[in-house]
Amino acid sequence: MRYRRRDSPLHAARAGVAALWCATLGISALVIEHPLVIAALGAFVIAAAYGARVGRYVLRVVLFALPFALIWMVLNPFLVRDGLTVFARFGEVPILGYMDLTVEALLYGTRQGLRLLISLTAFGLLTIAVDPDGLLRLFRRLSFRSALSASLATRLVPVLAADSRRMADAARCRADRGGDGRLARLAVVRAVVSGALDRSLDVAATLEVRGYGSARRSRRERMPWSRHDMAFASSAFGVVVLTAAPLIFGFLGFDPYDLDGEAVGVGDLLFIAALGLVILLPFCDRRGIAR
Amino acid sequence: MSVLEFDRVTYTYPGASTPALVDVSFAVEPGEFVVVAGMSASGKSSLVRAACGLVPHFHGGEFAGTVCTGGLDTRTHGPDALSRIAGTLFQDPETQIVMGTVRGELAFGLENRGHSAAAIARGVEETALALGIEGLLDRATDELSGGERQRVALGAALAGRPQIVLLDEPTSQLDPVAGDELVWFLRRLNEEWGTAVLLIEHRLERCLAAADRVFAIDGGRLVCDAPPGEFLRWAGAAAPALQTPVARMFSLAGLTTGVTEADDAITAAQDPPTGVKQARERLAAVDLDVLGRISPHIQGKSGPRRKSKGTALSMRGVWHEFPGGGVALRAADLDVDRGELVALMGRNGAGKSTLMRNAAGLDTPTRGKVRTAGRVALLLQNPGDYLLHESVGEEASAQALAQVHLDGLEERHPHDLSGGQRQRLALATVLDTDEELAVICLDEPTRGMDRATKHALAERLVGYAGDGVAVVVATHDAEFAADFAQRVVLLADGRAIADAPIAEVLTGGWYFATEVARVLGGAGGALTPEEGARLIKAQIEVEV
Repeated sequence: MRYRRRDSPLHAARAGVAALWCATLGISALVIEHPLVIAALGAFVIAAAYGARVGRYVLRVVLFALPFALIWMVLNPFLVRDGLTVFARFGEVPILGYMDLTVEALLYGTRQGLRLLISLTAFGLLTIAVDPDGLLRLFRRLSFRSALSASLATRLVPVLAADSRRMADAARCRADRGGDGRLARLAVVRAVVSGALDRSLDVAATLEVRGYGSARRSRRERMPWSRHDMAFASSAFGVVVLTAAPLIFGFLGFDPYDLDGEAVGVGDLLFIAALGLVILLPFCDRRGIAR
Repeated sequence: MSVLEFDRVTYTYPGASTPALVDVSFAVEPGEFVVVAGMSASGKSSLVRAACGLVPHFHGGEFAGTVCTGGLDTRTHGPDALSRIAGTLFQDPETQIVMGTVRGELAFGLENRGHSAAAIARGVEETALALGIEGLLDRATDELSGGERQRVALGAALAGRPQIVLLDEPTSQLDPVAGDELVWFLRRLNEEWGTAVLLIEHRLERCLAAADRVFAIDGGRLVCDAPPGEFLRWAGAAAPALQTPVARMFSLAGLTTGVTEADDAITAAQDPPTGVKQARERLAAVDLDVLGRISPHIQGKSGPRRKSKGTALSMRGVWHEFPGGGVALRAADLDVDRGELVALMGRNGAGKSTLMRNAAGLDTPTRGKVRTAGRVALLLQNPGDYLLHESVGEEASAQALAQVHLDGLEERHPHDLSGGQRQRLALATVLDTDEELAVICLDEPTRGMDRATKHALAERLVGYAGDGVAVVVATHDAEFAADFAQRVVLLADGRAIADAPIAEVLTGGWYFATEVARVLGGAGGALTPEEGARLIKAQIEVEV
């Protein structure tokens, strides 16, 4: 679950463009209203992950985020009483009052759950497929101090992960195995956390002696835009246009609490096809993707 | 102008009751190679931290005096500004790497200094070639071994071609070959580019021959600032623990005071030899050309193998293959008897750690069999990893603490212990059981230890063996191996390529040999200063 340079068009694109493209997908999931389009967007994100050869890692992110999405979907009908189409009647419930579960509230919860799921998936794709060093350089040009904090955070995570792996091994070597099962794990976590400050100081000291806090900005490396940079930048632009178009021109609207006339038409399907094409087209060009 | 100048520097860390540096004054000139010697916690690392500006800017505390690095006063210039002049490398490679790829790591400092893209690319390539890490350039940094990480971190410190490099035990993670290569690379850097070097090192025999001066630090004070030979003479009288093995051998053999009365005048003026070449010349000069002339009947510790007391550990055809495709062990065989003391040696990545992890059951062999006569206790590289509680008393029982002589420290926090104490506490946590103990395995236990602490550990291991427990230690330190082991197993590419009594293995090699063995050419199987001195004295008697 960490970045590795793979032979894929997304990996071949510069970090800034690739990150922008992933962020666009995540934001689109939050903006698009129709759950069918959101679900289709989710499928395109996963297909893109496979196109970037990180599909199985991104599926792990999906599995991680799925319970949160389901909780939102299931809880919403219990918390929101709007909607007319009742599918379950619980009558008078102590403290909560009169409780009818409606299809509209379930649909709303489903849409919100899908939004959360797909945003996290797009963020997962960004984490796994976009070069963090490239992003660090990008941030450094914007703000030194924030980049220092970001670097500390990004570098500390692998250091602490390595610490916890080593300490878990060491606990297994202790005569008492570090305690019983869960207690041993807890002891290791506590020890890793209590050592985190020392470790962060070590990493920060290394950054300092490498001149990271220096006020001098590095000269920007002029890298010509590759075909993949242009393809993903165009794709991100296309996704922005397709996301904004329904809001501007008033189509593909979806109000879960007003389901009159919400049937999916050919136009909607064409829109979904266009979205898929814009997202996945950059992956068709496999030239120049090798490391 | 001096490239590094300390003027009456006294420094106390925040919250500390005693100063880490006391009234330290010295100057390092451009192109000088200075080795810093001293016992653990004597203030050596603080010296480096003051030179690169982390003291006082990063650590805070009370600072008095002046440090000028490349003419910049560290009170007014922080570590970022000083990084243009001084390249710094600390002990722990885990926290020295800040980027995701080796290429990015080498470029990082150059980018921070605002170099052009072409200069960065050239700097990265040249540094990689110089350190022999060009094959690693596109590797992910989290895939590197400890030794590889250390070399990459050194490359990152050197990439900007600093005027001075400050190194805090850079060879502690390296095998003898890589350690020697690193020291000679530093010498080349020093001679060809005029880069000044300030190197902290416990294994002085590795670097004294390359040094121009040696600083000895004790209790935060600079107690000796002299050329290597003069330093060794001083150490012989004032700090024997800082003597190199060969200097100690000469001193024990009486060669520093002259072999005969006629030689007295010559040898008294001479300092102890600083390296193998000088020691051989010195022996030849007093007509003690030991190579091939020492009587073969004079035996060192190499003797016939002891009668077996029963097998404690048996590994047969053990393979360890990783899911990604790598192979750490290839049909490795190892038999260790009860009470036997075995040193496991080999280059970084030879499979030493994996072999011990498989022996202890921490990893499972993908093929082959491991049989043990009881429990296998394994002490991994970082003793601090074993310490999970807030006080020493919570870590192990009173009986186990008494066994490692830590009784009376029950109320102390484990992190407040010294390195040696922490290791003994970690040992107590793995030995604290009524289960029958068959083998104790230790993985690189001497990292960062001074000679006295190493010797104490060696004595403890011999004690365990005396109780019938087999002891297996993975180490790069031939001097330490000579101090405790009876047998050496040399690993390469995941299997044993040599398995013989210690004198046979450590006297015959160029790299896997003690300094004494290299001087005496393996004569008489002498490995330690005491054995070498005995051999020389016997030869003197034969000649007289």
